[in-house]
Amino acid sequence: MSSYLSIENVDMVFARGANVTKVLDNVCLRVEKGQFVSIIGHSGCGKSTLLNIVAGLVKATSGGVLLEDREVNAPGPDRAVVFQNHSLLPWLSAYENVRLAVDKVFGKTMTRARRHEWTMHNLELVQMAHAKDKRPGEISGGMKQRVGIARALAMQPKVLLLDEPFGALDALTRAHLQDVVMRLQERLGNTVMMITHDVDEAVLLSDRIVMMTNGPQATIGETLDVPLKRPRDRIALATDAAYLECRRRVLQFLYERHRYVEAA
Amino acid sequence: MTMPLTKDDCPAGFYDEEIEEAFRRRRPPLLIKYKDNIRAFFAASVPPLVTLALILLTWQLLCVGPTSALPSPLRIWSEANDLILHPFYEAGSQDMGLGWRVLTSLKRVAVGFGFASVAGILLGSFVGQSQWATRGLDPIFQVLRTVPPLAWLPISLAAFRDSQPSAIFVIFITSIWPIIINTAVGIRNIPQDYRNVAAVLRLNQIEFFWKIMVPSAAPYIFTGLRIGVGLSWLAIVAAEMLTGGVGIGFFIWDAWNSSRLSDIFVALIYIGVTGFILDRLVAFVGSLATRGAQAN
Repeated sequence: MSSYLSIENVDMVFARGANVTKVLDNVCLRVEKGQFVSIIGHSGCGKSTLLNIVAGLVKATSGGVLLEDREVNAPGPDRAVVFQNHSLLPWLSAYENVRLAVDKVFGKTMTRARRHEWTMHNLELVQMAHAKDKRPGEISGGMKQRVGIARALAMQPKVLLLDEPFGALDALTRAHLQDVVMRLQERLGNTVMMITHDVDEAVLLSDRIVMMTNGPQATIGETLDVPLKRPRDRIALATDAAYLECRRRVLQFLYERHRYVEAA
Repeated sequence: MTMPLTKDDCPAGFYDEEIEEAFRRRRPPLLIKYKDNIRAFFAASVPPLVTLALILLTWQLLCVGPTSALPSPLRIWSEANDLILHPFYEAGSQDMGLGWRVLTSLKRVAVGFGFASVAGILLGSFVGQSQWATRGLDPIFQVLRTVPPLAWLPISLAAFRDSQPSAIFVIFITSIWPIIINTAVGIRNIPQDYRNVAAVLRLNQIEFFWKIMVPSAAPYIFTGLRIGVGLSWLAIVAAEMLTGGVGIGFFIWDAWNSSRLSDIFVALIYIGVTGFILDRLVAFVGSLATRGAQAN
């Protein structure tokens, strides 16, 4: 059976001179259309490397990535990335940042007026239309990340890749943005692959949680289906038995069986 | 101190709507409204003026004797005040105000520095983008940039056989190095994040150049341009002393040959002020062009 997105036997070896490190070892993962998959693991387990391989920013040493049965090995807007540090271009306004992506992806298929509408539509999705003329330096971290999400959504990607998108935000802003992403994913039905190291975030947002073993030679240790109905509500879930069980399973994996060891 | 007027000060019966209106419209006096600006202005302008006065006074005291080798400020004023008061008079081919001479020099700088900017940014982009270009060219740039401007003059005179293009070439070759080197550093320092964004969006080479490279490296490029314009102003004066013709540099040489020391001092002030304005001008254009580029 072929999946929407499949990661097939990916190995990643970094070689610096005689110093060879195998970061990823035989990683296989299948993601179905419309699924929200989180990849969780301790820092240094190569989860960001895995995301970069899917994005095409890094080339796997062996193995490959198939999207709708076609191999992808170069970056492209069909796998839009929301970067951890937002990566907005600071000399462009919020609108111009999104518009750059829209112009590049839909320059040939949409009229100028339609592209403007589409840009505004995506800024409205993340409630940033009011600050469209602000530059990244003039808005808060959470707002920057929202613009980053709008830029990624505006590309209408087949897979949306989130690289620890809320890692640099304070707890309250993070919760708010998690809700924004959850709402949008329910509404738009995106296929999402998210890197995180936050257990609650993973359980709250995901349909499936992929837990990675510690590096080097990290691989997928376990996957867990999250059987929670959508729409989800973080307050109701706080006492939900299924939620707590998922949370316990992930914690157990991370802190009992694959405890973080200081790099030797 | 005067008490502010209030309603209660009005004799009974005189108070009505009109007076009320007049009170509301009363604007604070300009002196109070712009108090902060006025204070800032004096805070910025008084210390340099005081220092200047002290320097002039010391100078006057040192050079007051009739046997002094250098003229005192008062003597400069009495001998050369026409140069200060009439920068734009014109009486003959070599008898004109210093304003005209500075403009002639500036024209040369504009041409030489203009060429250096374009060539420097293009070369710098190339060097910054390519590992091999860096390895091959950087050592050569590092050696050539230490060559003093005037050392290029004989070579350029031999090559161009004319003083005008030679002077411009000296400007060009003096100011291009900091522009190349700073542009290359700026390009090399483009954050990986921006390169990733460009990769995901599949920007082509030309789009990458205009949308990522130039804005991202702009602060570095303008630092290079600012150093470059300073160097070209240094070089033009020296070059003109040797090539002759109209220009502020040749004026100094001419004044020296006819022992008009006071004129030289006035010319120095012109050169200093012009160089200062050039520097500020490039810095100002840079601050406009790089607005936002630093904030992150």
